Amino acid sequence: MKKYILYIAAAMLAVTSCKKDIVDRTTQYPALAPANEDLNADTWKPVLITDPTVFTVAAPDAIASPAYVADLNEIKGYQRSLNSDQKAIIKYWSAGAVLRWNEIMRDLVAKHNVAPYQNLDGTYPAPSSANPFAYPQFPFSNPPYAARAYAYVSAAQYDALIAAYHFKKQYNRSAPYVNDPTVQALIPKSTLPSYPSEDAVVSGASVEMMKLLFPTEIDYIEQKAAEEKIYRIMAGANVRGELDAGESLGKQVADVFAARARTDKAGAAIGTPAYWASLQTKVAPGEQYWISLEVPKRPPMLPLFTKVKPFLFDTLTVVALRPGPPNSTNSDAFKKETAEVLYYSQHATRANQALVAFWADGIGTYTPPGHWNAIAADEFVKQNYSEVRWARNFALLNMAEMDAAIVCWDTKYAYFNPRPSQVDDAIKTLTGVPNFPAYSSGHSNFSGAAATFLTYLLPDRGSKFTDMANQAALSRLVGGIHTRQDINVGLTTGNEVGQYAVNRAKADGADSGN
Amino acid sequence: MIKSLPRHWYKCFMIMVCFWASAQHASAQMENDGIMIPKNYLCPGAMYSTSSWTNYWEGTFKRNNGNIGTLNTKMYSLMVTYGITKDLIATLGAPYVTTHASAGTLAGQKGLQDLSLNLKWRGYKLQSGKSIFSLFASLTGSIPLTNYEADFDPLALGTHSKNFMARGIVDYTYGKAFFTGSAAYITRSNITIDRNSYYTTQLIYSNQVELPNMSDYNFRAGYRSKYFIAEAVADISTSIGGFDIRKNDMPFPSNRMNMTSVGWNLRYRIKSLAALELTAGYDHVVAGRNVGQSSMFHGGVSYIFGLSKSKDQVGYKN
Repeated sequence: MKKYILYIAAAMLAVTSCKKDIVDRTTQYPALAPANEDLNADTWKPVLITDPTVFTVAAPDAIASPAYVADLNEIKGYQRSLNSDQKAIIKYWSAGAVLRWNEIMRDLVAKHNVAPYQNLDGTYPAPSSANPFAYPQFPFSNPPYAARAYAYVSAAQYDALIAAYHFKKQYNRSAPYVNDPTVQALIPKSTLPSYPSEDAVVSGASVEMMKLLFPTEIDYIEQKAAEEKIYRIMAGANVRGELDAGESLGKQVADVFAARARTDKAGAAIGTPAYWASLQTKVAPGEQYWISLEVPKRPPMLPLFTKVKPFLFDTLTVVALRPGPPNSTNSDAFKKETAEVLYYSQHATRANQALVAFWADGIGTYTPPGHWNAIAADEFVKQNYSEVRWARNFALLNMAEMDAAIVCWDTKYAYFNPRPSQVDDAIKTLTGVPNFPAYSSGHSNFSGAAATFLTYLLPDRGSKFTDMANQAALSRLVGGIHTRQDINVGLTTGNEVGQYAVNRAKADGADSGN
Repeated sequence: MIKSLPRHWYKCFMIMVCFWASAQHASAQMENDGIMIPKNYLCPGAMYSTSSWTNYWEGTFKRNNGNIGTLNTKMYSLMVTYGITKDLIATLGAPYVTTHASAGTLAGQKGLQDLSLNLKWRGYKLQSGKSIFSLFASLTGSIPLTNYEADFDPLALGTHSKNFMARGIVDYTYGKAFFTGSAAYITRSNITIDRNSYYTTQLIYSNQVELPNMSDYNFRAGYRSKYFIAEAVADISTSIGGFDIRKNDMPFPSNRMNMTSVGWNLRYRIKSLAALELTAGYDHVVAGRNVGQSSMFHGGVSYIFGLSKSKDQVGYKN
């Protein structure tokens, strides 16, 4: 009998306790080995900067100089005894600077994407960039905030790399492992001139932008940048002087973007109590208007984000892209569409739950724009892009996402349209209801814009991105969050915004040589 | 029919069904008491429990939530215990679970949860005068019965993990007074969620989630006679690892969920229906971390019968 007990116990243990290490797929990315170094990237069209020569990049030390020899010795010193932690740092960063900084951004967005907890009197505190450590910490990186943050960092990285290519060509210094054969290249070799370092340009620009966007994270960001610098030295890819020059250039370029960010009206996007109260008065008499479904009622999310200065077009175009009005809340069409949402709410299949969860990208996540960055990153890794092409593609993607947020927010606050679950409280949802008007769907706008651009960029993927965008949009209908009109119109508007990124891509010089 | 049953009646509830349902209540699972049934007896039972909370803890911050209101979890369980030998019993159980939030828009869930199998073995028994001292080992495994959504806290039906629990039990009776103390370690498998990235204290790009293992200490004491048990129960369950819910963030299956609860149980056998046992109990969470402060009532009925003509004389007062 004791034998049986042992057998049964062993079987129970075997069936029930299988703990395996979790493999994060981003740790599996290979070292970046560009198929094309894009040596002509200094001729590509930047986003904000006009002339790279206005930035200061001092001439590098001569290769025979004691300073350069000392720099080489620093590399050799590291390479004599690399420990496993240092090797892990090399493996991590070797996947690419733009990629890893994009991931760092996503991490910070997810970390700060938590809505403030209410005050005792039922009002809500707002994060303050002037006092970022006080609760609620600045920022609350909700989808519009996140879209803008991704855009600024990506665009600054891109312009900084274009400037870097100008100086790389000008100074034309070879990599350490070319100048000294005893220096090992622990990552794929590159024929790109190595002064200033493209990795340091990217980190310099990223750090400077993120100081503004995530001011409570400066410690963490600086630590990452320092780690990346050491990575380049340990890997034999750059000497310290190249990194210092790159970092400085990145910061100078980022200053141009930071100046724009300070005046792009995002700081006032939260609105005022008077403005919040005025929103419902613009809705036609007899129409139902949006009311917060949260308890206590929360002011609508960033109602003046609609006024933020876009990247791909001007503010007049924002209004021109605004779709026509939604179905009247008194119309049969509206009632029919709300009934459809109710049907999905009451017939939640497991497959629909999975679809909703996969695309929810709500509180505590990197938001829908972050999700599209993650999707893009998984694809870009397969393309063996150069750093500058990585940056250019993320810049275009994220400018499209930011501008989609602006156009979508303009639509939402122009019509101030209620959520299905506000109109019919029998509609229960498979994820949280966002705290802003329904029409048109934000997920659909973001997804339409991203899919349009990514489909242009990677035509061999066929309808992959369009299918994903349709799934993301559909998830909001079957999740009880949106009507079919909300998602269809959102996709259409998003596609239109995405087309601006496509048009820019066709003309920026990066695709003409391909 | 009833008269053909043994004169004594047996405790047979094995309410381990709601292990950590919705990460809420380590219910009155009876894999942790000192009671057996005789060899070759079968004891099917049905059990109902309802558990509610309005306040919960985000980390150590206690609050309520107007977007949840009161969260209620109901469980309808069926279980059956079989006496393999006089010192070894096996119990199989499964619950149907419903969850409901009284406020907010989040959809309540319902469905079959996990199938659990427990083996309880009495390895040692020493009687001396009015004292009886016993040692038990109790092993429990559970596997999800359906593909319910684990990543939907606080309304998820369960964690959707495969669990294994090993428990050591000390039982001491003196006359009709008893004390039972036990300690358990619970391993929980990784789970697969519908997303391919999630944030804990950092972003993880995977659909696999590692759940922390847990420990559980259970203490029960009271009166145990032929027809009646009245006991007070205290339970301390602790996650070994896991992370705190941040202020106003959503909960997640791998949160660090700790809970201390106290309560009572009554078990009563109807003399005229010798095989029928009724159970009722209540408990309340007095301290917690990343869990709801739930109060639970449970009630159940079970029926015991012999499969052979064995005339074992084992009852509550064993």
